[in-house]
Amino acid sequence: MLDNTEQKKNAGDLIPLQSLGKKGSSPAAGVKKDDTRPDYQGKIHNLQKDMIGRYYDHLTAAAEGKGGKSVYMMISGNPVELIQAFDMIPVYPEVNALQLAVKKQSLPLILKAEEMGYSTDNCAYVKADVGMYFSGCKTPFATIPQPDLILCNYVGCNVYLQWFEHLAQYSGRPIYNLDIPFSRSESGEPSEADMSYVVKQLEEVIEVCERLTGKKLDYKKLQRIVALSGETGDLWSEIKKLTRQRPAPFDAYFDSVTMMAPLYCLRGTEDGLRFFQEAYKEMKQRADRQEGPLPEEKFRFVIEGPPPWPFLRAFRDMFSRWGAVAVASTYSTVGGLWEFGFRHDPLRPLESIASHMLQWNLTNRNFLHRYQQIKDYVEQWNADALVIHSVKSCRLFSAGQGDMREYFAKELNVPTLLIESDLEDPRYFSEAQLRNRVDAFFESLEHRKLMAAK
Amino acid sequence: MSATEIKTATLESVFELCRETAQDVEFTAAKTWLKERPGRKAVGCFPIYSPVELIHAAGMLPLGVIGAGNQIEITHADSRFQSFVCSIVKSTLELGFTDRLNFLEGMLFHSICDPARNLASVFARNFPKMFIDYVHFPQNLASPLGKQYLETEYRRILSNLERRSGHTATADDLNRSIQLYNSIRANLRELYRIRTESPHLLSATESFVLTRAGTLMAPEEHLEMLQQVLAAIPARPARPKDRIRVVLEGSFCELPPVALIETIEEAGCYILDDDFLRGWRWFTGDVPVEENPLRALADSYADRSYYSGAKHDTREVKSAHLIDGAREKKADAVIILAAKFCEPALFDYALYRKALDDANIPHLLLEFEEKTWIFDRARSEVETFVESLLFD
Repeated sequence: MLDNTEQKKNAGDLIPLQSLGKKGSSPAAGVKKDDTRPDYQGKIHNLQKDMIGRYYDHLTAAAEGKGGKSVYMMISGNPVELIQAFDMIPVYPEVNALQLAVKKQSLPLILKAEEMGYSTDNCAYVKADVGMYFSGCKTPFATIPQPDLILCNYVGCNVYLQWFEHLAQYSGRPIYNLDIPFSRSESGEPSEADMSYVVKQLEEVIEVCERLTGKKLDYKKLQRIVALSGETGDLWSEIKKLTRQRPAPFDAYFDSVTMMAPLYCLRGTEDGLRFFQEAYKEMKQRADRQEGPLPEEKFRFVIEGPPPWPFLRAFRDMFSRWGAVAVASTYSTVGGLWEFGFRHDPLRPLESIASHMLQWNLTNRNFLHRYQQIKDYVEQWNADALVIHSVKSCRLFSAGQGDMREYFAKELNVPTLLIESDLEDPRYFSEAQLRNRVDAFFESLEHRKLMAAK
Repeated sequence: MSATEIKTATLESVFELCRETAQDVEFTAAKTWLKERPGRKAVGCFPIYSPVELIHAAGMLPLGVIGAGNQIEITHADSRFQSFVCSIVKSTLELGFTDRLNFLEGMLFHSICDPARNLASVFARNFPKMFIDYVHFPQNLASPLGKQYLETEYRRILSNLERRSGHTATADDLNRSIQLYNSIRANLRELYRIRTESPHLLSATESFVLTRAGTLMAPEEHLEMLQQVLAAIPARPARPKDRIRVVLEGSFCELPPVALIETIEEAGCYILDDDFLRGWRWFTGDVPVEENPLRALADSYADRSYYSGAKHDTREVKSAHLIDGAREKKADAVIILAAKFCEPALFDYALYRKALDDANIPHLLLEFEEKTWIFDRARSEVETFVESLLFD
């Protein structure tokens, strides 16, 4: 934990998460900082803010016709390496939507979409994005360019298919449904037929990109980019392993979701690699100094589910006040799962990209694979409890989490808390209610620990 | 009694029997058939489209396990699936928890939406004795790769089914099953043709229970029943009523209660077409009988099927099919009848709404739940809608 002097220094040049992407912004004026609350920001947050800021500037430039072809994709299990190899710009509606929620701008856009006929029961990521699309594609952090290609990487999430179907209709731009067979085997290993289908589709995608850009694929360039992804994934995996120790040097949920942005927007680039090199260095230093994000680490938990983006800070405080630190999270593996050994391989670029999409991301793995993933986290990262944050918008994550709770609490005897809100729509976050449930849970955990110690 | 009266009496009793079967959550008809000969087995098919010919050719009876409607209370499954998940997922799981599915060898689930997919996993964990498999239908239909992949997927499913049944399906077995189900589907299409051309002769409720009953019995018996019904319908004494003509869309999975369909009709609608049990009426024509039946089935999945909520075929615009269909059938209006919390149907609605507005076709959105008993609100919404069309 940073000592008092460092705290004061950082408070001055602290760039709040909310101003992500805005160039040269100063700390929010007139906002009193509660000095008893922990400082969540660090050097990495600033570096990330800077890089993502530049990424969004790039998008705005493309939107203003200053060059660059845009490809819309989803963050989970995607072939961004191919897009980078053609010097096209990856645009992620999911990331745009969550940024809007973080900046507390999602609700008016959601309401706009609902006026257009979208249901209160449709995923709010989509609604915020559609609302934004019909508001001139303008956000506080960028103008989002129209897609030159909509590349729907269908990796498990059925909403992806609908979302991009709608955007294709609204924009009139070409769409390619890159169909990734869902992980159906017990081991999670894809079949030969699965692999072959995906690789052949990737070859079709290459043809589409060649037609779009007028350039032939530079295979060596692709290999270099895939190598960057491999190295990046390796560093991310090493960073995640650091939270196995006590105390964990960072929060594997609240800090991980911040580190995720460069993983999605900058994977396959030199900047992206550099970010993770810095992040690893910083986190390793903290680990070596036995520093954690809180004054004292009292509880270690694994957390499943997306965060309530509009209320990230308030949500984090609910756990921090108990000295509870997340040591692993499933949400941070949406973009890719590297901690169990997978690496992008420059010697087999298309096959390893296919492998990443088929097997090594959260959304294409089945519900029982997720139980196993969580179980591995609880065991290998020494967690005291599991917190399931169920979000109304995302049925991929949430539908059936009652069964997950049953499994962990009753069969594995892992103390489990199930709480509900939403990832994008602020209307579903009942702060007082959530805090009560979290408090009750950790109080009983504390009691259990005391009893066990006697 | 005259010959016509006898035929009519038989027709009514057939509909009554089908209605009973359609609402039977004990699978009585199927269990009776299974007991008739030792060694008979059945496999449950969760929505939407299931390649039933594979199950049949492997020597087992395909049954539509499509929720429990308003027939059972959900007391176990609601602790596993949240309140914002559609009812059919919970009621189907409840069927499992109340031991009503123990007589099945297993269940086939299919890629349709996120809750249904997670349900397959929850089934696998909670009912380990059941054979559970999941069919990944291709969502890349713009490329021939999609249906080529589906052929390999069918081969995989078939092998698993064969292991369970102990019978290896030959190409002839598959083609015989294809021909049988082709006949059934042709008869169902004929029912729908009658409804479009002479809606006073056959109601949507009647064709619904006929179709649904068929998913709960042996196909050979269903075919016989359909043939008898089709023979008797033309002679039915029925006069056209003063109703508006509508096309219904959005109920391709969770089943509306029979009484709700009746309510919509009684509120003043002739339902010329619908997508009830779309999965069991997936094809627009016969599946060809060829040397490679799996390829014929896969090709037909992609190219000889109706557009619907779970099929994301980027080759054409879904709403265009809805509108063309409504126009061809000279419908006055479209009713989007979507199950509550059904994400695919509700997403489609946003696009349908705009397209229908642009095409100047009056439309109404009605949400329903399979488990409701009271339809007053639906009735008055439809009545108001009908009146606005009749008296504008």
